[in-house]
Amino acid sequence: MSTPVQIIESPQIATWLSFEAGRVHVRTGRVELGQGNLTALLQIAADELDVQVGQVVISGGDTRQSPNEGFTSGSLSITQSGTAIRWAASAARHALIGVAARRLAVPAERLNVIDGHLYIDSEKTSLSYWDVAADVDWQQDVTSLAAPKQSDARQIVGKSIPRIDLMDRIAGTPFVHDLTFPDMVFGRMVHPPCMGAKLLRIDLDRLRVRPGVLGVWRSGEMVGLIAESTHQANIACEWAHQTAEWSLPANAPIDPLAAISQSEEELLPVQAHGDASTYASQMVTHKVSRPYLSHGSIGPSAAIAVWDRERLCIWSHAQGPYPLRDAIATVLSLSKEAVDVIHHPGAGCYGHNGADDVALDAALLAKAFPGVAVKVVWSRADEFQCAPLAPGMVTRVSAAVDSTHTIQAMDVVVNSAPHGNRPGRNGSPNLRAAAFLDPPFPPSKSNDIPLSAGGGADRNAVPIYDIPNLRVQKRIVHELPYRTSSMRSLGAHLNVYALETLMDKLAADASEDPFDFRLRHLRDERAKNVLKALRDTTASVRALPATEGGGWGLGFAKYKNTAAYCAVLVQVEVQERVRVTEAHAVIDGGEIINPDGVINQTEGGILQALSWTLYEAIKFEGPVVATEGWLDYPIVPFSDVPKVEVHLIHQPNSPPLGCAEAAQGPMAAAIGNAVFRAIGTHVCDMPLTHDALVQAALNQ
Amino acid sequence: MNSQATLIQFSVNGEGLIVSSDQGDIPLLHYLRDTLGLHRVRFGCGAGTCGACTVVCDGKAITSCDKVLSDMAGAVLETPECLDTEVDAHPIVQKLVAHQAVQCGYCISGIAMRVKALFDSDPNVSEATLDAALDQHLCRCGTHVRIKQALRELLIKKG
Repeated sequence: MSTPVQIIESPQIATWLSFEAGRVHVRTGRVELGQGNLTALLQIAADELDVQVGQVVISGGDTRQSPNEGFTSGSLSITQSGTAIRWAASAARHALIGVAARRLAVPAERLNVIDGHLYIDSEKTSLSYWDVAADVDWQQDVTSLAAPKQSDARQIVGKSIPRIDLMDRIAGTPFVHDLTFPDMVFGRMVHPPCMGAKLLRIDLDRLRVRPGVLGVWRSGEMVGLIAESTHQANIACEWAHQTAEWSLPANAPIDPLAAISQSEEELLPVQAHGDASTYASQMVTHKVSRPYLSHGSIGPSAAIAVWDRERLCIWSHAQGPYPLRDAIATVLSLSKEAVDVIHHPGAGCYGHNGADDVALDAALLAKAFPGVAVKVVWSRADEFQCAPLAPGMVTRVSAAVDSTHTIQAMDVVVNSAPHGNRPGRNGSPNLRAAAFLDPPFPPSKSNDIPLSAGGGADRNAVPIYDIPNLRVQKRIVHELPYRTSSMRSLGAHLNVYALETLMDKLAADASEDPFDFRLRHLRDERAKNVLKALRDTTASVRALPATEGGGWGLGFAKYKNTAAYCAVLVQVEVQERVRVTEAHAVIDGGEIINPDGVINQTEGGILQALSWTLYEAIKFEGPVVATEGWLDYPIVPFSDVPKVEVHLIHQPNSPPLGCAEAAQGPMAAAIGNAVFRAIGTHVCDMPLTHDALVQAALNQ
Repeated sequence: MNSQATLIQFSVNGEGLIVSSDQGDIPLLHYLRDTLGLHRVRFGCGAGTCGACTVVCDGKAITSCDKVLSDMAGAVLETPECLDTEVDAHPIVQKLVAHQAVQCGYCISGIAMRVKALFDSDPNVSEATLDAALDQHLCRCGTHVRIKQALRELLIKKG
């Protein structure tokens, strides 16, 4: 097994683990976003060390103490950090046993560990890990000692250990919104209404004397304030919004999605083999679209910052403490070493939402008003209008089949606003306020995300099926004024929808069962097994007699073509609108650390994708995001939630593949295909609302 | 306090409180969170549309972000702080834990309060009433199925 990249970057055991006061302290650079990753990482450490779960304390990303693991994104916490922690814990175990063996004068091979106590064969000694920890050289490299257990020796991974943070989230105060400090003040930024806006007029003198306002700050187009209370900060900020005058850029399209569809920006090759172009005249073409979406965190983004004139300390729920630190240091002309970013939970973010931006807001105000803790909590409207959006996309898929209805060629073109705009990703801080400062730090032109890193717009645009002639291309549309970045599953949500609804169209043309048609085009045995498992578990659903407006549909993908396999089958009823009545999924995510955690994440992916696909669309007025609140942006309500069943395929001898983003593409596709089966029409434009159904019927 | 100000009296989690009507326009949510430090009440939207800030007022669930202190004269309020965690967790909390019915958890304390109000006023809550109550809340992680399953176990089985 090759050395995990995290271990190469943070090679010493001491970075990952320490042993104090009867506890093992594990430090990951990843952060808990509500997905349960810290519980699973803790299980991995406990198993490797032969200690109880309760003997381990784990902490997430914190630039003061954790390894730098970049962003917690891409369903990679377990795959990457989990593997690193497994190696580090193994190294720690061997280092501790080595010291104990010398002290007990026995060969290390005779020592066993139970709950952190050392045994010679089956006889308990007087020593525990904590008795010998002081004599271990913790500066040793992990790689010199790591020899992780074989899968059949593991006892804690593979079990549904309850979430370690759950009680606090149900009935506690775990969020960054809840932190308080002595002399804390409450900040708000008067956000420019859109990118490129210029502040023409604002009365700072009158703003300064609004009730409770303690200070007002301006740099370039950015105005901020601090006040004695949240309420006073909000009222003053609202007054500033209402009285300020802005000029707005004139480059907004009338129809953003049409602009994406018609863009003539450079077409970039993604993957090709054979010669798909020779089949151009025989191709069936399918064009699908997704509007801009919001991450839609239930809790608007928040942060707290303190500047003591030497060091800046920020508490943030952002996904990447180190990249955020570096970006903020750049904007504030500080050395990285003078800035600390400490992760503290927020509401689920589902990708790059406003968490990083609000951290800069707090940092700017803290720097302007030294010595006090500044808490900034965005409004609901800020979260919709100022956070990066999930990009609008248009994907065209064309395929040619031969006389046996076997696919001979496929041509995929993805047009999309950029997905990969996290802080620092393209060489600029890409924090919203930074773009408006004097001097400004405008966002760099986005490179999107290369396929080697999972792809952005092109994520899952390459079909998993065996197709002899293939060409996949993407066009990143930069020319629109909206700020976009990564949301869970990135391009996979629409690309899997495109590929899988075309697969059903081709299967229908062949009068072939959608499972059989896919299996006939697959060589990957794990992929086949997932589809067969779903076919078996859903036999009774598919055997139901056809009803008016009812139907089932299948969607399948291997996430990023490198990670978890997931197949979803849904049953829908289509009347005035689409209603999903049940959803069944089979997922092969490799080694499973916490089965209930995988099920919880897969259920979440299914329901979130249901919401994106059936309900959601950001509204624009020119260059401005017009969506302000939940009434403008309906998401799935409890009453429209179907029965959901998730089945796991456990592969204890395979690497863990991550699970949080595997289901979104397949779920969307399953809905599209079920609607096709129910009404005989492919609805190509998300969201699949009543209006979209009517439009699709008219277009037919 | 100005000479025209009157007093607003109410109680929170059994503790009597008096504020001046000068403070009457302060949103209940911010008063609970910032003044009283009751941070289990969570800010979500400020418009009564997501349910994250739900508390119990005179036995009924209300959103606290779109109410102000002047609305609270005489009110008996309960916040999620009444859901004990350490010793005897409230049955609602126990069910949520048993089903691991949380991902990020930001929405859950508000849901728990609405359901508490429901069962406190009528132990024989029907499934339809429970479902209708949940529709006053938004969850973004997709934990709906588990939340529903957990809370339906509180229903008294008929027959």
